[in-house]
Amino acid sequence: MRILWTLFKREVASAFQTPMAWVILFFLLLVTGFNFYAGVTVLNHGPTEVTVVESFFNTIFFWFAFLLLFPLLTMRLFSEEYRSGTIEPLMTAPVRDSQVVLAKFLGVLFLYSVLWMPTGLYFAIFWWQTHLGAAGALGAYVGSYLLLFLMGMFYLSIGCLCSSITRHQITAAVMTFAVISLFFLTGLLSFLAGHTGSFMQGITIMFSPIDQMTQFSRGIFDTRPVIWYLTMTAFSLFLTLHSFHARRWRS
Amino acid sequence: MISVKGLTKSYGGTDAVRDLSFSVDRGEVVGFLGPNGAGKSTTMKILCGYLPADAGEVSIAGFDIFSQSLKARSRIGYLPENVPLYPEMRVGEYLAYRAALKGVRSRRIPEKVEDALQLCNLSHVQKQIIGTLSKGYRQRVGLADALVNEPDILILDEPTIGLDPSQIREVRSLIKGLATRHTILLSSHILSEVEMTCSRVLILNKGRIVATGTPAELRERSGLPLSGEVRLEAQVPDAAAVLRELQELPFVASASLLGSTGEWSTYAIIPSAGDPRSALFEEAVRRGWKLRELSTRESSLEEVFTSFVNGKTITPTQQEVRRS
Repeated sequence: MRILWTLFKREVASAFQTPMAWVILFFLLLVTGFNFYAGVTVLNHGPTEVTVVESFFNTIFFWFAFLLLFPLLTMRLFSEEYRSGTIEPLMTAPVRDSQVVLAKFLGVLFLYSVLWMPTGLYFAIFWWQTHLGAAGALGAYVGSYLLLFLMGMFYLSIGCLCSSITRHQITAAVMTFAVISLFFLTGLLSFLAGHTGSFMQGITIMFSPIDQMTQFSRGIFDTRPVIWYLTMTAFSLFLTLHSFHARRWRS
Repeated sequence: MISVKGLTKSYGGTDAVRDLSFSVDRGEVVGFLGPNGAGKSTTMKILCGYLPADAGEVSIAGFDIFSQSLKARSRIGYLPENVPLYPEMRVGEYLAYRAALKGVRSRRIPEKVEDALQLCNLSHVQKQIIGTLSKGYRQRVGLADALVNEPDILILDEPTIGLDPSQIREVRSLIKGLATRHTILLSSHILSEVEMTCSRVLILNKGRIVATGTPAELRERSGLPLSGEVRLEAQVPDAAAVLRELQELPFVASASLLGSTGEWSTYAIIPSAGDPRSALFEEAVRRGWKLRELSTRESSLEEVFTSFVNGKTITPTQQEVRRS
């Protein structure tokens, strides 16, 4: 446990000691800030059916920034250690492979959570200025951020897996983006494939982050996505552990 | 402390290490010698639990490196070749991180880090970012890392590579100082260094051990001229006549003329017993030779090494002739 904590601290510290975390934070806030502005502007043009929270979490600006975030956050995790050779002192210290994988995952999950925290300020400012809730109920905030966290877990674990395969950060980033896009686009099929209630639609909607976000940002809680993301994260981390372990036979 | 039996490791069909067996006892300083690609680094990486072996056994302080990897690893301080470090961390911070990783108790970490910093002469750069350090300092940080939890065994891969001569001397004396408390296995291709620091030498070539022993033993076994060969340079009237005179002396086993330049002639003399220099001096005075040099020379470890690695002996005499 102590080793895990030591590794975790280094992961987080290294992200903030290099410009990377700050650069990502800056541009994420730029895009989400614009996204929020756009959401509020919509309100100025008369009554709508969606709340600010719903529109914030379900625009093209949001999803674009969201998908790009993962390759950037995860590409260096293992690849950088392989490339610079620091994996050698790391793995000759008495640490387990599983501790390293878990620490790296938790570290980047923590970083990811920190990146989204300032966006909460948007809704606070909205309330302070208008004295109106940005969402229908408290559950909408909880739901949106919970889903954001769960999706983050899954996509970050995919990033971990891709980074554990290669020593080239760019390769890891491209793979991560491709795999995440595949999952995301499968979800989009639900809007194209057949009428509501068809088999295809029933399957693909389970994968659809857009549909899930529409539900959660209204404060409607569904356990299926929760279970889906938790199990997929666990599975993906399991694969990461084995891919990381296999480095010993590749070198 | 270290025991290796039948270690074999191949990369894509070529054997890097083949059926390697040796052991290192507590308190020994053993030098691993070999040309590039002899399998030194591979062996060290296997000993530290970083690489798996294809066959063979490795026991570190009584623990099997493959089945009891964590216990074995916690007994080793390892300095990898080229010393990979995290460039964004500070020196003191890095050592504290490494100490925690190696299981040093939290409240003892500051003290251990301080010791390692002092030992490696790093105290004045402990706040510096590793990425800004010179090669010599990086090497010392790597060494401090290997030492920080005071492991029983130190495995140092090329500890002095890329350092300048004064830094090499520093690191060498540091290693000598460590020899009292640790068992050390170090690799190098600088032979004078191995000769000065190591009590025993393993010469590795193409993944096999070709010779092992103390530097003196190796010298003896290599068939190269032993210590005691005397070189004499003098101003003599007739070089060939003097050679005959020398060969007739009772304490001379054999003598050869290495070369003459003008009036100065150089001879190599192998004595039949003991050090013949004082007797030679008396002879020279008696016969009126003007002496310029009278010295003994040993074959260096370099020559011994080359002879083992190439499988043939180059005698210093032949070298001298070629040079002159």
